[in-house]
Amino acid sequence: MTKLVGIDDVRARTFAFPARHFISVSDLNRLQVHDLLALSETFVALNRQQAKKLDLLKGLTLMNLFFENSTRTQSSFELAGKRLGADVVNMNPRSSSMAKGETLIDTAVTLNAMHPDLLVVRHASSGAAALLAQKVSGSVVNAGDGQHEHPTQALLDALAIKQAFGRVEGLTVAICGDVAHSRVARSNVIMLSMLGAQVRVVGPPTLIPGSAERWGVEVHHDMRRGIAGADVVMMLRLQLERMQGALVPSTREYFRFFGLDREKLAAAAPHVRVMHPGPMNRGVEIDSDVADDLSVSLIQNQVEMGVAVRMAVLASLAARLEGRN
Amino acid sequence: MPGKAQPIAFINARLVDPESRYDGAGALVVQGGVIADVVKKPTLGQLSADIRVVDCNGTMLAPGLVDIRVKTGEPGAEQKETLKSACRAAAAGGVTSIVIQPDTEPAVDDPATVDFILRRARDIELVNVYCAGAATQRLGGERMAEIGLMLEAGARYLTDVDKPIVDSKVFRRVLSYAKGFDALVAHRPADPYLSAGAAATEGEFAARMGLPGVPVVAERIMLERDLALAEITGARLLVDQITCADALESLARGRKKGVRVAASASINHLTFNELDIGDYRTFYRLDPPLRSEDDRQALIDALSSGLVEIVTSAHAPAPAEDKRLPFDEAVPGAVGLETLLAGLLSLHHEGRVELIDLIRAATFAPAQLLGLPGGRISPGAPADLVLCDIGAPLYLDADSLISKSKNSPFDGRKLQGLVLMTLAGGRIVHKAQE
Repeated sequence: MTKLVGIDDVRARTFAFPARHFISVSDLNRLQVHDLLALSETFVALNRQQAKKLDLLKGLTLMNLFFENSTRTQSSFELAGKRLGADVVNMNPRSSSMAKGETLIDTAVTLNAMHPDLLVVRHASSGAAALLAQKVSGSVVNAGDGQHEHPTQALLDALAIKQAFGRVEGLTVAICGDVAHSRVARSNVIMLSMLGAQVRVVGPPTLIPGSAERWGVEVHHDMRRGIAGADVVMMLRLQLERMQGALVPSTREYFRFFGLDREKLAAAAPHVRVMHPGPMNRGVEIDSDVADDLSVSLIQNQVEMGVAVRMAVLASLAARLEGRN
Repeated sequence: MPGKAQPIAFINARLVDPESRYDGAGALVVQGGVIADVVKKPTLGQLSADIRVVDCNGTMLAPGLVDIRVKTGEPGAEQKETLKSACRAAAAGGVTSIVIQPDTEPAVDDPATVDFILRRARDIELVNVYCAGAATQRLGGERMAEIGLMLEAGARYLTDVDKPIVDSKVFRRVLSYAKGFDALVAHRPADPYLSAGAAATEGEFAARMGLPGVPVVAERIMLERDLALAEITGARLLVDQITCADALESLARGRKKGVRVAASASINHLTFNELDIGDYRTFYRLDPPLRSEDDRQALIDALSSGLVEIVTSAHAPAPAEDKRLPFDEAVPGAVGLETLLAGLLSLHHEGRVELIDLIRAATFAPAQLLGLPGGRISPGAPADLVLCDIGAPLYLDADSLISKSKNSPFDGRKLQGLVLMTLAGGRIVHKAQE
């Protein structure tokens, strides 16, 4: 029987996060990402055993502040905090008095008076997490700000790819769909390029920023050409309000040209793996046939990796807080 | 279909081939629906006995015309024109390829309607029928139509026809989305607010006539926007029905800047000016309205220099009930399939534009822009041809037109250019009475 993961294994691998906050993938360099991924792998092992709980964050308060609904990310952070022994509070600003006209900064000041050590923020406006970070004394983790970034998603995607292929470097990753409105895409472009992957973005021109070429990625408007030979195809969610003639003529046209089905997937490498940050629009950006094929889909692995990388991020940020005290 | 037809040899022709810029003696053989052989001398040498020989006696043999702006009333208003009557009119006018406009009822804004038009046309078996798809749903200018699916079904370009897409954001998205398929988007430049209610071009003449006028800048204003949006999206734009000197300057600047832009003019705006409205004859009620003589001359110059590459008939059938009305209440538009060639030839006879440039603008240029196989005289090209006695006098009596609607501004005019024979896909689809 393999040895169980314990607190010493984690302590040995935990390093102090390079900054007080985690707002953007750009806050990290390549080595730091590798360290975080290594620590995350320890947590993957921990999460798979029955005794999942450590008291690494004992005494610290983690506050989840989700201005935008998200069951998946919020519960992932909640579990990550709880497994590391933090006190976790889920604030719901949308239904509280904070919704009634209070500005984001007033909210930040109010919450700061409660002395949270770790503040996980999701907000519909780009830059909201950075703004909040200026006003609180704890660490802010960006859990998605508008169309800007979603750095823990990029970390979990990198980990899922690493677990599937043993590496990220040298792989070709095609990010497909609504790149223009996707914080997942922005964070992944930075993350995967940093780790040495060849990144492509694929979608209709209405869903790809005009300046995307300058991100250092290949831009494709034809799905088959865009995923040709790709090792990883990462599908993005298309918000329904962007269809019906606004940015895409119709759901059926989108699926015809940009929905991932077996036929298009055949253009990718034979060992291709498919990812999706969820929640999926089946029959719009992805065919159920592909999404549910466990020999192809990494979608479930992504969710599992999510908890682990968030534990790693929280542990590293806490290590920095400890160092400061 | 064509494969079994008897081969035909045309000898002693004045061959006009814009692709190779040849205008001179020529002969050719049509076999199996295609041009089998072409020589640039009067005769072909030894011909086998089963070939039918047509002696052209020096008359013009040119590619059949390719008219990319043809409206019919099918589906929805068959009393104006059906696909079949439009095909017959086209054949009579030497037009062998037509592109049907999507402003029907219902509009051609989804793949099923594209398919409907093309299937109906296939059964007619006269000239080549293509169709354009709507750029926005129901030509409403708000929501993008199913551009990709329509292109897949066979739509050749995208257009909201006479309705400008007012919302710049919508038009930008249409251009941008179409760019993903490298599709051509046509747009008629007209500021809809300045144009609202207008029946003539603003100026001294319209004022004297008491007709509501639109300033020509309404065209330039919208064109400048369209060019700017084509520039930032990198999309292919067709300026549909450019009419005035002001807008031509904008077009020249846009092209100089590298915008992927082509432009078309209607034969009406090349032929008539606002003074033709003279006695309030509603056959001259057009949209855009007829312009000043200066604008017409500028348009002819632009055609001659190649700034404007394409001429269309802007065929818009309107039955008597739509035209027998006070001028500003009449439905705008004119039929043109049967007079396009004669109209072009009058510019040649007036010595304003070289014959080969005129033919090019209504054959090779549009075919090349839309990727159609016609408009060429070379071995292997479809045998879409027109044989025309360009000097023969022609008195146009609108009542004798084949089109179901007779609203021709050429009515009562003396023209030159008699279509002797029209071939489409190697089949004789029109032959002049002896």
